[in-house]
Amino acid sequence: MAMRRVPFFLTYVFLWIPILVVVGMSFNAGDSPFNWGGFSFRWYGELAADEEIRQGLVNTLIVATGSTALSTVLGTLLAVGLARHTRSKLLDAVATLPVILPDIVLAIGLLAFYALVQLTLGLYSVLLAHAVFGTAAVAAVVRTRLATTDPSLEEASRDLGANGFTTFWRITLPSLAPGVVAGALLAFTLSVDEFVIAFFTAGPQSPTLPIVIYSMVRFGVTPEINALATVLLAVTFTAILAAQRLTRLAGSR
Amino acid sequence: MTLLSINGVRRKFGDVTALDGVSLDIAEGEFFALLGPSGCGKTTLLRILAGFETLDEGTVTLAGDDLTKVPAHRRPINLMFQSYALFPHLSVAANIAYGLQREGLPKGVIKQRVDEVLERVGLAHAAKRRPQQLSGGQRQRVALARAIVKRPRLLLLDEPLSALDRKVRAEMQLWLKQLQHEVGITFVVVTHDQEEAMSMADRIAVLNHGAVEQIADPVTLYGSPATHFVADFIGANNFFSGTAVDDGLSTEVFGFLPARGGVTGPALLAVRPEQVSLTGDLLTGRVLDVSFYGGLSRVAVLVAGHDTPVLVHQHGAPRVAAGDAVKLGWAAEDAVVVRA
Repeated sequence: MAMRRVPFFLTYVFLWIPILVVVGMSFNAGDSPFNWGGFSFRWYGELAADEEIRQGLVNTLIVATGSTALSTVLGTLLAVGLARHTRSKLLDAVATLPVILPDIVLAIGLLAFYALVQLTLGLYSVLLAHAVFGTAAVAAVVRTRLATTDPSLEEASRDLGANGFTTFWRITLPSLAPGVVAGALLAFTLSVDEFVIAFFTAGPQSPTLPIVIYSMVRFGVTPEINALATVLLAVTFTAILAAQRLTRLAGSR
Repeated sequence: MTLLSINGVRRKFGDVTALDGVSLDIAEGEFFALLGPSGCGKTTLLRILAGFETLDEGTVTLAGDDLTKVPAHRRPINLMFQSYALFPHLSVAANIAYGLQREGLPKGVIKQRVDEVLERVGLAHAAKRRPQQLSGGQRQRVALARAIVKRPRLLLLDEPLSALDRKVRAEMQLWLKQLQHEVGITFVVVTHDQEEAMSMADRIAVLNHGAVEQIADPVTLYGSPATHFVADFIGANNFFSGTAVDDGLSTEVFGFLPARGGVTGPALLAVRPEQVSLTGDLLTGRVLDVSFYGGLSRVAVLVAGHDTPVLVHQHGAPRVAAGDAVKLGWAAEDAVVVRA
């Protein structure tokens, strides 16, 4: 019995060792990111005092919040539209494609597009770029939720005297709510740690956190980076757990 | 008094004709059933009445007013959905209040009417629960309460009993009928289950291939089916084919068979298993099989020259055994001749 579980445990270790090392080393008191010098919160303190990182974090939060808001609205409308106005499987698949498309493809495409319309790059260009795959992500999640809702709910609402708007606001949206929230959380987490697209579309004065980290690492890894990675990990983890919990609640209905 | 009048309604979906010139009148306070197999057009007709489907041709009027131009949410008609379509994010009370809120009624009135209807359907204790926490029978009561609380002129019920298990079904059947009597709303039930229609409805329209086969009360429908389809679809029947003659049917194999007539040309004689006696003198045969059902025995009799066994129902325990030679007969008024 025990022997059979070995591959399972090994895979788990393989998955988590790098992450555990980063978390462990973030509490390192020494200057080297590789040699243990005793336990300390020192690097978390330095992290909090780092102006560049704080600016990057603020930028990232602006981008993530803005793009999540935009993609939640657009993605929900897209999902409802797909369910109502088309039977095409192709259109359905293409709508959610930007989530699984290689980032670099989307990045190059967006950069070319911005150049074409002569948009100067700034924080908003990243926000719009993130809203592209965010919308697709929200649409994908809401679409799944829609597939499990009874289509006669909307008809029942109309039958009981509600017009189209009231039906959407009071019946369609609330019955999709778990999917919408889960989609929004997904869009948020995707945006927070997104690097490639942000790197291509951010203006030089407004780097997001992943870009800041990248430029720091180029001059050598400090334990400060480990502390930052641990914080990011905690944030992402919370969001993903919340999203999973909500989708599961949605599924059990 | 006629409440709902359907006249020459046609509806095509691509090449498929769902309704092929349906006309029928439903009276105020009536319990009416639209009965037919799946694909007969009954659901399309129901959706036209509710306002979720359009018609190509014909008219539908409710108390003299053209219904086809009124959008679904303004019709004084409510539908109880087959899936019940209860709003999962709202409590039982809120589900029922939803339709009243849309009418803009004051809160006090809404609460009073919701409480009243909850009391009537026996779910006052479940007002705060969510639909997911209720049993199938309870959900149906909520769906019904939600529809009747609006006090519609017409209540449509889409396969109201199909989602319930056998025991609850019988209960609900009786209850629905009583409720209709109490609230005095005109009910139109759509169903494929002939037992459901027969036991509840005052009148039944039998639909087949988008057309009305017969409209009659259950007893007439059973005793005097107008067409082969109706005779076959409702209850069990034995059929003999031949040519219609005065007072019966002339057949090649069995000669003259007595029945009530009314048609000419190639025809079928239909006689119910419970009308066939084992002491007659019309046909001779041999008992193939006997099955005992408690109050009833079903006897299958093989008659030479007839390709299916003739079914005979006897009250109580069987008085014949497999292999017995028997003579079959029936009274002329118990059999009916329909067009082939």
